[in-house]
Amino acid sequence: MPILTQEQAKALLTKTLSYSKAEQCEINLSGADSGNIRYARNSVSTSGGTSTNSLVVTSAFGKKSGTATINEFDDASLEKVVRRSEELAKLAPENPEFMPFLGPQKYGPESPTFSESTAKMGAKERADAVQASLEQAKANKLTAAGFLSNSAGISALMNSKGLFAYNKYTNVAFNITVKTEDGKGSGYATKGYNDFTKLNAEAATAIAAKKALSSVAARAVEPGKYTVILEPTAVAVMLENLFFDMDARRADEGRSSMSKPGGKTKMGEQLLDERVNIYSDPWHPELPTAVWSGDGRPQEKVNWIEKGIVKNLYASRYWAQKTGIKSIPTPGGAIMQGGTKSLEELIKGTEKGILVTRLWYIRPVDPQTLLLTGLTRDGTFYIENGEIKFPVKNFRFNESPIIMLNNLEELGKSERTVSAESNINYILPPLKIRDFTFTSLSDAI
Amino acid sequence: MTGVGLGATMIPNMPAFGKIISVEESLTPVDVALKKKMADVALNAAKSKGATYADVRIGRYLNQVVATRETRVENISNSESYGLGVRVIANGSWGFAATNNLDNASIAKAAEAAVAIAKGNSKLMEEPVQLAPQKGYGEVSWKTPIEINAFEVPIKDKVDLLLKVNSEAMKGGAKYINSNLFMINEQKYFASTDGSYIDQDIHRIWPTFTLTKTDSASGKFETRNALSAPMGMGFEYLNPKDSEKIKGGPVTMYKKRYDILEDVREAAVHVDEKLKAKPIAPGKYDLVLDPSHLFLTIHESVGHPTELDRVLGYEANYAGTSFLTLDKWESKKFNFGSKEVNILADKTETGSLGAVGYDDEGVKCGNWDIIKDGILVNYQTIRDQAHILGLKASQGCCYADSWDSIQFQRMPNVSLAPGNAALSAADMVKNVEKGIYMFGRNSYSIDQQRYNFQFSAQLAYEIKEGKIVGMFKDAAYQANTQEFWNSCVQRCDKNDYRLGGTFSDGKGQPGQASAVSHGSATTRFNGVNVINTGRRLG
Repeated sequence: MPILTQEQAKALLTKTLSYSKAEQCEINLSGADSGNIRYARNSVSTSGGTSTNSLVVTSAFGKKSGTATINEFDDASLEKVVRRSEELAKLAPENPEFMPFLGPQKYGPESPTFSESTAKMGAKERADAVQASLEQAKANKLTAAGFLSNSAGISALMNSKGLFAYNKYTNVAFNITVKTEDGKGSGYATKGYNDFTKLNAEAATAIAAKKALSSVAARAVEPGKYTVILEPTAVAVMLENLFFDMDARRADEGRSSMSKPGGKTKMGEQLLDERVNIYSDPWHPELPTAVWSGDGRPQEKVNWIEKGIVKNLYASRYWAQKTGIKSIPTPGGAIMQGGTKSLEELIKGTEKGILVTRLWYIRPVDPQTLLLTGLTRDGTFYIENGEIKFPVKNFRFNESPIIMLNNLEELGKSERTVSAESNINYILPPLKIRDFTFTSLSDAI
Repeated sequence: MTGVGLGATMIPNMPAFGKIISVEESLTPVDVALKKKMADVALNAAKSKGATYADVRIGRYLNQVVATRETRVENISNSESYGLGVRVIANGSWGFAATNNLDNASIAKAAEAAVAIAKGNSKLMEEPVQLAPQKGYGEVSWKTPIEINAFEVPIKDKVDLLLKVNSEAMKGGAKYINSNLFMINEQKYFASTDGSYIDQDIHRIWPTFTLTKTDSASGKFETRNALSAPMGMGFEYLNPKDSEKIKGGPVTMYKKRYDILEDVREAAVHVDEKLKAKPIAPGKYDLVLDPSHLFLTIHESVGHPTELDRVLGYEANYAGTSFLTLDKWESKKFNFGSKEVNILADKTETGSLGAVGYDDEGVKCGNWDIIKDGILVNYQTIRDQAHILGLKASQGCCYADSWDSIQFQRMPNVSLAPGNAALSAADMVKNVEKGIYMFGRNSYSIDQQRYNFQFSAQLAYEIKEGKIVGMFKDAAYQANTQEFWNSCVQRCDKNDYRLGGTFSDGKGQPGQASAVSHGSATTRFNGVNVINTGRRLG
């Protein structure tokens, strides 16, 4: 079924809520139409489309709550799901951390998360984009493997305290790996937008093709500490591990990189280089996100790191109340303030260094220092006297984003990018970092 | 996925999929005759629109999770996902569509949509799909051999057990304890135009915990996860049995019965040892790897590179390709590992996560050698790739994680055979001069062609002159896959053989999860490079 308008969502939620006999009831509605096409070896391998809708009802009696979900919307099903959540609530043990639902909230103006062009996308638009990408690859005698997906959806929330919230959004994601025929060169590009018309699959394929062709015959360079220039998608997979760790409760409990000796947290401390400013902003024109969170709290512009100092941590409503800190939900995206230089200008200003297109298979090694390991992939190059000299073999690294952002040399211009690990979109600059730790070589291409 | 946001994985009370149902409902299976009727509607609709092949999967996926921390229950969810997916070949191309509206009109519409997608994609194909022949089995069924259906055990018993685990942990000085129990029942029906109608009832269970102690003066904290394995079993896995325990080493080890209370008591002691452990000096060590650790190294460095779809480039954009290219297999002498290394692919081992009667394209399951005496002899494949290896039949490695996901090649159980000579883990340790004895999975990372990996463990004991003398911290080993498996010098015997595994092997775009086991006995690798991962902030 097509995604529901605000009026339709409100009517459905009002009707569902009318069945409630609980002390409190809260209903989340979500629905999305999505489609995708996947290709490899210069041919389409799989493609499909799904349409999903789901209604999640939480009923509460005192501190006992129960949740039930349904994907059928006739009156009998709506009543059934409410009754079931009430039955589950009565059976549930008391949850001392249960928080009463929020009353009406003041949200900021609507954020432009929805694009009509993306909502209208179908199998034909996807196939056309893939055809353009494939033609580009074949013309250069390269082998392409890629994935294009799009979705249009809504989320809405209503509860017995009078709260109602609605948001509709669209997303389009495209990523591609291009290899030379002999398999000795590989290049990658990834793009994410709300608006499909901004996607140029052919141009993204061209970037990946160029990296593939120029990465053939990579030379082995000794592992060790190097100055690196990380392209934004490589920055994303490192920095998101820092974002994921900014939870107040884990910091207070003494079990995160935001904890410090004596039971305190790093809030207010100079954690990173003073040029590091990280914030979230639901109204950012290049990365619009919902103005409310899943539990109904308003999403606002939040400074997480200001001049390298930890300014805020996110927290559940329970934890915020218990500890007396500001109740801030996890944001919908993150933005790091960049500089004015392009990637090319960063390279030009580098005497010796390594250019990294992409980092891959990132896993935490030590949660106390946020040490991560992973590898470079799909385009790693040696820079000397401001120029890319030759491709180099891929490296394994062991590095912490916290240490990395203390070894900051320079920031480039920020742009919207996508994490290849989490699929989350960010706005991040390319970063020039000194003493980045590569611990071994890999033969992988 | 900007609409979802950074906190998507942390939303409480949000079931992973499907609608929440009562326990009673989950115990009533859908009538087989009705499933056959629905399947025939899909197959007939696909054929009438021009499909040259069609298969249909009607899936009812039940999922129960009980999550606790310290003295309280964080979440109990009992959910169901039920629907139908139809896959067709038309004009030489695959098409797929799915629906959860199971009336005849909606089923036919899904089949027609799949044919339309196949025809639309055929212009983007280099060559038509070639399916390995597969005979129809008629109406057959298969069931995981369980003793106790976990979905029949009252929720209260599960909550009581986990809260007892938490209470034991707190008694042992834990600051925090999270314990969870995951149960899965896949009720799957498969039918195809080859004439198979296959009904299967598959069960899996995974009890686990993470115990944390903090030292607020120093700001240090350490954790230890459960040494259980996710299993293709019922609730009987949680009934301890002495004959299924291996004692005598620094850690009690469990075969097909797990004693979660004993494990959590040991974990509390281990975390104290971890907080006091000495930093490892980087260098070469002989590694003695317990199956609770080695399973993940097998998974990443043997399981993934022998997936034929990766070898061929189908995963190039995401999971990656493989260093085990076809020429290495064709040579019949590619030295993957030492003579000790015999690796079996298997879809039948009792208690394993990969055990099913038939795969998700109706192929009866079996087992085969992948590495024989160190030499690469085979891969893992499905019907549309079997011809590339000159095989006349698929090896039965097709799986989809839901009725609305497209089935594709997934890893069977891939296991290292135990040694033939009688040898216990305790005796293996006695001959090691300078080594590390590792238990449990921890950090793991490997490149996109599976050459270079890095692993660490829950517990890393120092072995000095044949004796365990203490615990190391910050130890991770880095190696090249081929060099590592060629350094394999000794395996314990079958009495030490155990399964490890994962519920969430990720692959594909959009991503799909698959459950798979890997068996081995304790195994020794000589002269492996170990690094120190300790760092200081500020």
